[in-house]
Amino acid sequence: MKKILFPALSIIAATLLFSITGCKPKDAASATQGDAASRVYVPPGKYDELYNFVSGGFSGQVSVYGIPSGRLLRVIPVFSTDPESGWGFSENTKPMLNTSHGMIPWDDQHHLELSQTNGEVDGRWLFANGNNTPRVARIDLKTFRTAEILEIPNSAGNHSSPFITQNTEYVVAGTRFSVPMDNQNQDVPIDTYKKNFKGTVSFISVDPQSGNMKIAFQLLLPGVDFDLSHAGKGPSHGWFFFSCYNSEQAHTLLEVNASQRDKDFIMAVNWKKAEEYIKQGKGQKQTVKYAHNVYDDSTHQATSTMETQTLVLDAKDFPDIVYMIPCPKSPHGCDVDPTGEYIVGSGKLAALIPVFSFTKLQKAITDKNFDGDYDGLPVIKYEAALHGEVKKPGLGPLHTEFDGKGNGYTTMFISSEVVKWNIKDLKVIDRHPTYYSPGHLMIPGGDSKKPYGKYLIAYNKITKDRYLPTGPELSQSAQLFDISGEKMKLLSDYPSIGEPHYAQAIPAEMVAKNSVKIFDITKNKNPFVAMGEKNSKVVRNGNRVDVYMTMIRSHLSPDNIEGVRVGDEVYFHLTNLEQDWDVPHGFAIKGANNAELLVMPGETQTLKWTPTESLIYPFYCTDFCSALHQEMQGYIRISPKGSNVPLSFSLGKNSDATVAPDNAKID
Amino acid sequence: MKNNNLSTFSRILILLSGVFLIIVLFVPLWQIELAAPQYPEGLVLKMYPHKIGGNVDVINGLNHYIGMKTLRTEDFIEFTVLPYIVGFFALLCFLVFFLKKKKWLTGLFALFVIFGIIAMIDFWRWEYAYGHDLNPEAPIQVPGMAYQPPLIGYKQLLNFGAYSVPDIGGWLFILVGLLLLIALLIPWYKKRKLNRIK
Repeated sequence: MKKILFPALSIIAATLLFSITGCKPKDAASATQGDAASRVYVPPGKYDELYNFVSGGFSGQVSVYGIPSGRLLRVIPVFSTDPESGWGFSENTKPMLNTSHGMIPWDDQHHLELSQTNGEVDGRWLFANGNNTPRVARIDLKTFRTAEILEIPNSAGNHSSPFITQNTEYVVAGTRFSVPMDNQNQDVPIDTYKKNFKGTVSFISVDPQSGNMKIAFQLLLPGVDFDLSHAGKGPSHGWFFFSCYNSEQAHTLLEVNASQRDKDFIMAVNWKKAEEYIKQGKGQKQTVKYAHNVYDDSTHQATSTMETQTLVLDAKDFPDIVYMIPCPKSPHGCDVDPTGEYIVGSGKLAALIPVFSFTKLQKAITDKNFDGDYDGLPVIKYEAALHGEVKKPGLGPLHTEFDGKGNGYTTMFISSEVVKWNIKDLKVIDRHPTYYSPGHLMIPGGDSKKPYGKYLIAYNKITKDRYLPTGPELSQSAQLFDISGEKMKLLSDYPSIGEPHYAQAIPAEMVAKNSVKIFDITKNKNPFVAMGEKNSKVVRNGNRVDVYMTMIRSHLSPDNIEGVRVGDEVYFHLTNLEQDWDVPHGFAIKGANNAELLVMPGETQTLKWTPTESLIYPFYCTDFCSALHQEMQGYIRISPKGSNVPLSFSLGKNSDATVAPDNAKID
Repeated sequence: MKNNNLSTFSRILILLSGVFLIIVLFVPLWQIELAAPQYPEGLVLKMYPHKIGGNVDVINGLNHYIGMKTLRTEDFIEFTVLPYIVGFFALLCFLVFFLKKKKWLTGLFALFVIFGIIAMIDFWRWEYAYGHDLNPEAPIQVPGMAYQPPLIGYKQLLNFGAYSVPDIGGWLFILVGLLLLIALLIPWYKKRKLNRIK
């Protein structure tokens, strides 16, 4: 029976595909309109209309595109090392990737969420989830750098994250994998899943000024797989909605065993209520271990703190916090419309899209219109919370975004299209093929109270013939649509980095105006800063050698160093003395089992190096900084262990003639 | 006797001149704007009565390639003296306003014009010195090239276009000169008119 289910499904899928779309998707030539080129053309020297932040999936990075051009502006390392900038290699940034499991230089970055004020994007921070080793990151949009990473205890597979409430009160994190809790015996048979495995969702509070994150509380929940989530807004502010699958609580062959029940759930969480219980001192403090890493822009240094406590509320002990709404066939996307009234669940395997009403949900709760319970949590009657169903929208509905004009746009993974439908009457208005198999889609501000409503981007999982072949490994594709009219128009198509999942976008001026150009060197609080060339020096302390080196066009100071020995631990502390926009300097040294440093104006960064051979090692500036960039170089002499070559360092002392450069300026 | 007294209108102009000169103490006198392909946003040097302002550090950083001496406020005696001179002229204006005497005004105007000429010569002299006195070990050496910015107007210096013009203080200074000249000419103009009627 189980074995014939999938062939049968795919036959149905194929039949539906032909009956719904009528013909196979149009090719690209006929798919674009005449004026598409001019719509995405941004002339040289002109700026794009929007910043588009795109998750990197298994690249662990976040990429930043300009829209409508689709030009790549930047790739931000988040849960990844970046030898280009030294992220994860420098002493300053290594703590950012620390976890309770030690340093983890990679993660699977799925979803992004811009900070919001009153339900609208405000351009301050961008939150990112790490799916594999559960983490949430905050990226500061003044510097486009990762400012904070918080590990999540009692969790595995942080997928339904980092969705936020309308004033960025909380960022959430939900377990994809249910697991035994951290403070319990983990050495249990896997087939005791139903007894020992639990799910949690965590509410992380965000400081409104600094943005600093803190786990406020965690809800202990049945052992299901939490998938996606979105906060209520407007009338539904105070509630959070999570999709979950595997209500079968299977622990093996989930593709079959977790697809048995006709309906799984959208879980509605009244977090305001949870807050009340916390205030009353409810909940259990658990001893756990999780890393909290913060980067400081004045010391130019990250610190990693190991936190040891979390507050857990067992949802079934507090019956008015959590309600389960049945939702057909393993729901994936869980999206709330701009008014906050409608909650859209997208059952991956369903041939319809259910839309729930917040008003009806409230009424069902008041009337106790329940259909029993699930592991002690009240289950709302499906029809009692249902606004209606979008019939035959396409195959494999995954995610829905909104245009603010009363329409939803849903990606159809299996039938490879975006479908536009009206939220009120649930009628399909338009459908457009994508190339191929879209996962997430994004309308700028499309999950906020105020969608920008002009563009839609579909992030496709399969590229195949879209671009020139690059061997077996292909990039993913993004497709930009114009949604200003009744019908969607395909404008352009461009490759993306890693595997994009969710994305966000914001009008450019909201972020551009705050962008930092340089770091003020007079405010540099790094303990190893060299304030001016005259303070550059080399200090030995046992076998630790600290090189306080400065960089300015076009020399490093000091640039000749002797008296360092094999077995020494050498710390190069590089301070870029420049105070001019776009003049970074790089630093690389031969044979370093490490990466380079890229040091921004006014910043100090440290590279650790342990020379293993007695050699002359050259070092140089790697960032083409000036006409004399190729002259920006030096040498360090490494003597054998036990050598008595005295420690010395200099700049500008040539052996044949002493030439003291008159350019030691900033001092 | 009566003819040697200044009219109320002239006196107002002189009072205004004094006030403008007080303002000059706090605003830049002159500016040299620099533009290059790499600096679309532009760089600027601003000469205040008491200091050099603007992107001094950035410009010094760039100047080291051609071996120009570092610009430092403390290397110029002018920035110590100039505020006193401007203050002196302001006080002199107020003095003439109270004394109401035409010959005092003539003296003030003459002194002011002489000072203006000397100041411009002095400015040119410094531009010449910094533009020509280059470090012989400079990384970039273009035979026969000097980097003297124009006294006023535009000049291309390697990749930089230099545009030298008065700033607010400079324009106020010119305005003060004009106001004093008008104050001086009004009695003469009135007299000529009277003569014609006669």
